Amino acid sequence: MTRAAPLLEMRGIVKSFPGVQALRGVDLRLHTGEVLALLGENGAGKSTLIKVLGGAYRADAGTIAIDGHATPLHSPPLSRAAGVAVIYQEFNLVPGLTAVENIFLGQEVTRAGFITQKRERARAAALFQRLGVEINLDAPCRLLTTAHQQLVEIAKALACDARIIVMDEPSAALTSHEVAQLFEIIRDLQRQGMGIIYISHRLDEVFTIADRVTILRDGQNVGESPRAQINRHQIIERMVGRELKDEFPPRHVQIGAPRLEVSGLRRGHSVRDVSFTVRRGEILALTGLVGAGRTETVRLIFGADPREAGEIRIDGRICALRSPQAAIAAGIGLLTEDRKLQGLVLGHSVRENFGLPNLTWLARRGFVRLRQERTHFARSINQLKIKVPHQEERAGHLSGGNQQKVVLAKWLARDCDILIFDEPTRGIDVGAKYEIYLLMNELVAAGKAIIMISSELPEVLGMADRILVLHEGRVTGEFSDARTTSQEQIMALAVA
Amino acid sequence: MQSALARFLSEYGMILVLLLLCAFFSVVTTSDQSPTGGAAAREVVTAIQQHFGPNPRVLIVASDLPSDTTFVASVARDLAATGATILATIKGEPKAARAALQKIAADGGKLDAIACTQVTGAWLVFSDLKTDFPSLGEPRVLTPRSYRWPNFLKSANLLNIANQIAVIAIVAIGMTMVIITGGIDLSVGSLLALSAVLVAGLIRDFAGGVNASLGGMLLACLAAIILCGIVGAFSGFMVTQFAIPPFIVTLAMMLVGSGLAYILAQGQSIYQIPDSFVWLGRGADLFSLPNAVALMLLLYGLAHVLMSRMKLGRYLYAVGGNAEAARLSGVPVNRVLMFAYIASALLAGLGGVIMASQLKSGSATYGTMYELYVIAAVVVGGTSLRGGEGKMLGTLTGAFTIAVIQNGMNLTNVESYTQKVVLGAVILGAVLVDRLRHPR
Repeated sequence: MTRAAPLLEMRGIVKSFPGVQALRGVDLRLHTGEVLALLGENGAGKSTLIKVLGGAYRADAGTIAIDGHATPLHSPPLSRAAGVAVIYQEFNLVPGLTAVENIFLGQEVTRAGFITQKRERARAAALFQRLGVEINLDAPCRLLTTAHQQLVEIAKALACDARIIVMDEPSAALTSHEVAQLFEIIRDLQRQGMGIIYISHRLDEVFTIADRVTILRDGQNVGESPRAQINRHQIIERMVGRELKDEFPPRHVQIGAPRLEVSGLRRGHSVRDVSFTVRRGEILALTGLVGAGRTETVRLIFGADPREAGEIRIDGRICALRSPQAAIAAGIGLLTEDRKLQGLVLGHSVRENFGLPNLTWLARRGFVRLRQERTHFARSINQLKIKVPHQEERAGHLSGGNQQKVVLAKWLARDCDILIFDEPTRGIDVGAKYEIYLLMNELVAAGKAIIMISSELPEVLGMADRILVLHEGRVTGEFSDARTTSQEQIMALAVA
Repeated sequence: MQSALARFLSEYGMILVLLLLCAFFSVVTTSDQSPTGGAAAREVVTAIQQHFGPNPRVLIVASDLPSDTTFVASVARDLAATGATILATIKGEPKAARAALQKIAADGGKLDAIACTQVTGAWLVFSDLKTDFPSLGEPRVLTPRSYRWPNFLKSANLLNIANQIAVIAIVAIGMTMVIITGGIDLSVGSLLALSAVLVAGLIRDFAGGVNASLGGMLLACLAAIILCGIVGAFSGFMVTQFAIPPFIVTLAMMLVGSGLAYILAQGQSIYQIPDSFVWLGRGADLFSLPNAVALMLLLYGLAHVLMSRMKLGRYLYAVGGNAEAARLSGVPVNRVLMFAYIASALLAGLGGVIMASQLKSGSATYGTMYELYVIAAVVVGGTSLRGGEGKMLGTLTGAFTIAVIQNGMNLTNVESYTQKVVLGAVILGAVLVDRLRHPR
């Protein structure tokens, strides 16, 4: 059977960076009207591959052909001209410009050098109509929801007549309703003959949307298959290269006395009267849709934002906790949702990042005891299996999973009694996830109390002892036994 | 070993640039040098001993310039020690030398050698001794030999460079801290003037003017520095409590500080200060190292330790690298920022005191444009204006780079307007080189 040349064919793509070979001859094919899921652990080379496709990186070797014609994609404009649009995880939108201005940024519709706003607006409106959604065209993009910002990115891709759209973790910050909407749009684009490369860590989504999957590991292809011929288990196995017995490790921990009690927490519209208790040896999950006030709630407990009302007790004693400093001194640690913006100083070494919350005890008379710091960090590197060439490596150079481990290391070294994990496994590969789950189990076994925020319901059900559902700043339900709870029950309360 | 060298170069590459500049100006300014003082004396004495053995009869001739005093004294002492007969010692003009020669001739004496400096050796009196004073025998005029050496590398010039840059370098310590936190402090030039006016005014009005005691002067210095610190605390307060961008806050304080300095000085220069006040700015007590330079080196040592070894230093970097991550890691971000702005202002105050001491007066015109030179020193030293990275010793290198370029151009007679153009280009070039070495 002869087939037309594929829409996109990448062959033998090689790309190395100082000290790392990110891609070692990767092949990738994409046909018209196809959704291809690109899978792999963090650091497997997915991001590098799509950056090569988007023209952000130049491959050291290999060929790229579009419609069977070799097409060099040496710069983002070349790539765009060839019909490739890449929607990165961190959007490329100018926050202060409107949707229309962003869509036509760099390709303004002009007459005699002046922008013809009316025509731009009409064309943008037509694009969104094609997508079947309505968004505020005149508001600055920073005021739009994440989902809407993503739609602006998609519209931008359509505006430059892209035929290949790459989406990197498009669902990471979306609610399940928004994900469903995104899928409809993807199917629509598919019908219009576009090829879509879909990158996600959420295998459920991959099985819903993809026609074919390509799996990378360590910069090499380790599997390519139509979706129907591969199952979840096989995918995970290839991604990690080993048999994964269970996604969630079992735990047998005696739950003890209340450690943290909060009551009547309140701040504006985002947190309205939240009360709960976490006990020693317990993992409490806070779940709900994005924007339900979960992160906002724990930030109040941690003293990161001022609370308008509410009382916090640790081991029965009232604590003021007006600053993160005070919260840390009281034995609370917060692993933030956004590692890059809130968890790490990316330009500094991993050792310095590790030391940051620990200098209070690592320093003596104001002087940092460097040898102690190095020894303790070396121990953490071993314990958490952090992959770093040396302690002076910049935190920004690490993959997401390793960054998360560095964040973990810095809080574990503080020996906090209460740990708050905000989306601890977001953007992390399967193997690293498992290690983090194991670690959480160890922590509760040692009598710590853990609050875990997660949007992934299987994770919530698999890890939590007790589940608290939030909706619009209020607790809308509590499940005291995760084992007897279903995803549907939780979702019903989350959207209530 | 090789990687250690590479790391050193990548972190302190500016040192290499500085050394290259020094080498360049050394080559360009090499010229004939005549030894003076003790060195010249030693050379002449050695020559006399070689030519005339143990008991020569010698006439010493030098000008009445103060710089020749050492020469005369050393020659006289060393010659006397070897048993020579010193017939006369002249310190003055050719006329005096002629008179002395005539006197020796009249007394019927013989003369073996005339010990001269390079200048006096060339006097016409000595050009034809055989015909003018036949009775003296055949005296030889001995002068120290000249040698080739760069004007740039003379120790006096190097110390001059250090002394010239000391104020800017000291103020740049505080600026480095502020810039590492991701901020900027435009008020340092004005604070420098304010501090100079304050210290001079306080000495004049409260410590007894030209008769001020040491204690009075110290108190005045302290008061001026602390008042500057209060202005810095105010800037820090505005930045931390109201989140006003540091650029705006310190721009405002720059105007306020300068205005206050003019008001306090009533537009005049305040000079009613005791002579002893110049000790800090002009004295050189430690191995002929100027006191201001010694103070600068001491402060850099302390600042380097602070930034590289202490908790506070780590916090300064962390706040600049990612303030939110630092805050959520328990770093007292506001206190750290307050420290940076107060330190910057205190050091600007100290700079003002040193400047008042160097110039023995206080005026509101001091420190104009200094904030820009200080920022230039920090930036040339490799500190990023985005915050989070930079090295204290880099700033010292940066300050010296600027000073060496200015000094070198002065020595090679580049006019001052051209100097500005070159300096601007060098600042841009230095940052460009840094950016090319560390691409992002």
